[in-house]
Amino acid sequence: MIKIKAKDVDVFYGKKQALFNISLDIEENQVTALIGPSGCGKSTFLRCLNRMNDVIDICSVKGEILINDFNINDKGCDVVRLREKIGMVFQKPNPFPKTLYENVSYGPTIHGIAQSKQEMDEIVETSLKKAALWEEVKDRLHEPGTGLSGGQQQRLCIARAISVRPEVILMDEPCSALDPIATAQIEELIDELKKEHTIIIVTHSMAQAARVSQNTGFFHLGQLIEHGSTDKIFKNPDNKKTQDYITGRFG
Amino acid sequence: MNLILFTFIVLLGFTSYYFGRKKAYTIQSTKKRLTALPQFYGYYLAIWCAIPAFIIFSLWAIFEPTIVKLLVLNDYSNQGYLDDELNLIYEKTKALSRGQFTGEITPFIEASAEKYLSLRSIAQSSKVVIVLSIIIASVAYAYKRISSNSRTREPVEKFLNAVLFTASLAAILTTVGIVFSLIFQTIDFFKVIPLFDFVFGTHWYPAKAFVRDSSEALDPTMYSDTFGAVPIFAGTFFIAFIAMCVAIPIGLMSGIYLAEYASYKVRQYAKPLIEILAGIPTVVYGFFAALTVGPFLKELGTSMGLEVSAESALAAGGVMGIMIIPFISSLSDDVITSVPQSLRDGSYAMGATKSETIKRVIFPAALPGIVGSILLGVSRAIGETMIVVMASGLAANLTLNPLESTSTITAQIVVILIGDQAFGDPKTQAAFALGMSLFLVTLCLNIVALRVVKKYREKYE
Repeated sequence: MIKIKAKDVDVFYGKKQALFNISLDIEENQVTALIGPSGCGKSTFLRCLNRMNDVIDICSVKGEILINDFNINDKGCDVVRLREKIGMVFQKPNPFPKTLYENVSYGPTIHGIAQSKQEMDEIVETSLKKAALWEEVKDRLHEPGTGLSGGQQQRLCIARAISVRPEVILMDEPCSALDPIATAQIEELIDELKKEHTIIIVTHSMAQAARVSQNTGFFHLGQLIEHGSTDKIFKNPDNKKTQDYITGRFG
Repeated sequence: MNLILFTFIVLLGFTSYYFGRKKAYTIQSTKKRLTALPQFYGYYLAIWCAIPAFIIFSLWAIFEPTIVKLLVLNDYSNQGYLDDELNLIYEKTKALSRGQFTGEITPFIEASAEKYLSLRSIAQSSKVVIVLSIIIASVAYAYKRISSNSRTREPVEKFLNAVLFTASLAAILTTVGIVFSLIFQTIDFFKVIPLFDFVFGTHWYPAKAFVRDSSEALDPTMYSDTFGAVPIFAGTFFIAFIAMCVAIPIGLMSGIYLAEYASYKVRQYAKPLIEILAGIPTVVYGFFAALTVGPFLKELGTSMGLEVSAESALAAGGVMGIMIIPFISSLSDDVITSVPQSLRDGSYAMGATKSETIKRVIFPAALPGIVGSILLGVSRAIGETMIVVMASGLAANLTLNPLESTSTITAQIVVILIGDQAFGDPKTQAAFALGMSLFLVTLCLNIVALRVVKKYREKYE
């Protein structure tokens, strides 16, 4: 089933066009990887999906992005609700300078999800369990989140993102600041999470895209060159540029 | 004369720089590699000019007056004068030589005045000769010495190091000197006035001490109810409190606006405009408070049936608060801006609105820095003098009514030290005791503020 349908998306930073005519369908409960060289626009596209580009003054987005058949670029779209449904994990782990508990309960508090302290405790526990962090931190939930290791911080950010039960999770190079062991843990986690969430991951590592994703889109210079099943893209791409990039001839 | 000599030495310095560099170029032109850039050779020679000049000037400044005095007074030795009388004679001699002596001129003094003048001129000309010859000799020696492989870079760098060190040492020594001058006077003060009376006394009336005839013996009991510092400490903290009530909310909110809400263009104009407030001299704030705000508050109070003094703590504190706004707004703006963007992104991505993000993530993250800026504002408020002197009166009332006039530590120091004063008098020493306590209070505040700010930096860098 198609979860997200992007149609003719153009993005401009001031007068400079960063994305040209992107049309891409995202399958539900699958992992879609966006690959491509630096500056190709894959992160920009990801940030279109939860309207994070609104934060940047000079950035303007044109075209349609349908999520559950609703155009999120419509004037009537409530960004707060949209971001509740579409969570995001960033390149650098960015836990808030608060306790672990407060980090995870942040989203539910804002959206008024938990009715009682007990319910909130449950949400925090399940989110941390799903993020495979519970066992490591259950005894120090009230210590600052910034005291964790890099990999733990990133899993904390994932726990924070899934605490509001989003339908989609956007991940912007979530492992680029982590060591191989922490990366393996996160990849395992992604595989687990796709049962309940649709995941879109931007990555620089082709090996990672091949390992975790079912679908792949290849971006180059602001254009979506090719997209399809990961198998096909990696084994038998249609486009010469994709072939060159996959085999490491450029980028 | 000294000025001409000084100018000449500076010129000599430039000349030796020029020759040093020129020699370096000459060496370079012979295809030899220099150990440093040619400029360093120039600086090296200039230093060889500056250091001897400085040493000789200092030696002269230290020894010339003593030697001249010894020689002049030599004529009077073995005549049975006391030291004090000799000093007086010498002072008369100097006054006469400047043409400022008004008393009876005796032939003795006239003769010594002439001797004094001739000695001075000998000293001057010998100084010129010695300085110039030594400088030229040392520069010439250094000039001969420098060659392609002589070390010039290291001495120049060492010299710069020493100059910079001296500059910072001067600042530190001045501070230490100020503190010591405060300490000794304060100790003298507390020899007369018991510390207990000063710290816990509720009656501050230094004018009483003005009445004392200086020929009378010092009787500590007459000051028993004069130097109780409680009212002015209370007034200081009270006015500072009013000021912070104005400055914290406005400063903080404008800081948050500038950092988070204002567009780039608004920020570009608004921030310097707010900072202009910090550039207004406090005396201008003072007459704004005394001539505009004070009477306005009085009228407003009268129309509401309240009794408001024309010089009120509210007027002074309010205007002081306005003065402090830019400190708080500008500092908290900087602190908020330096909260990493990734935290904002994280919060927005969770679906938080701007105000939620500020309240729940940015403000707590920036809090230590904001507290630091507020504490710096408080020490400004406590140290502020002019506004209080002009707008809140000088009577040290012990009151918590903002509509009455009160006084502060700094304002009282001004009151005490204006006009005639005698050193060694408890009244004058009271000013030092007040200054000392004020210094201690602001020192503690600054230390706390710096520690808080430092803690904040450690967290994010």
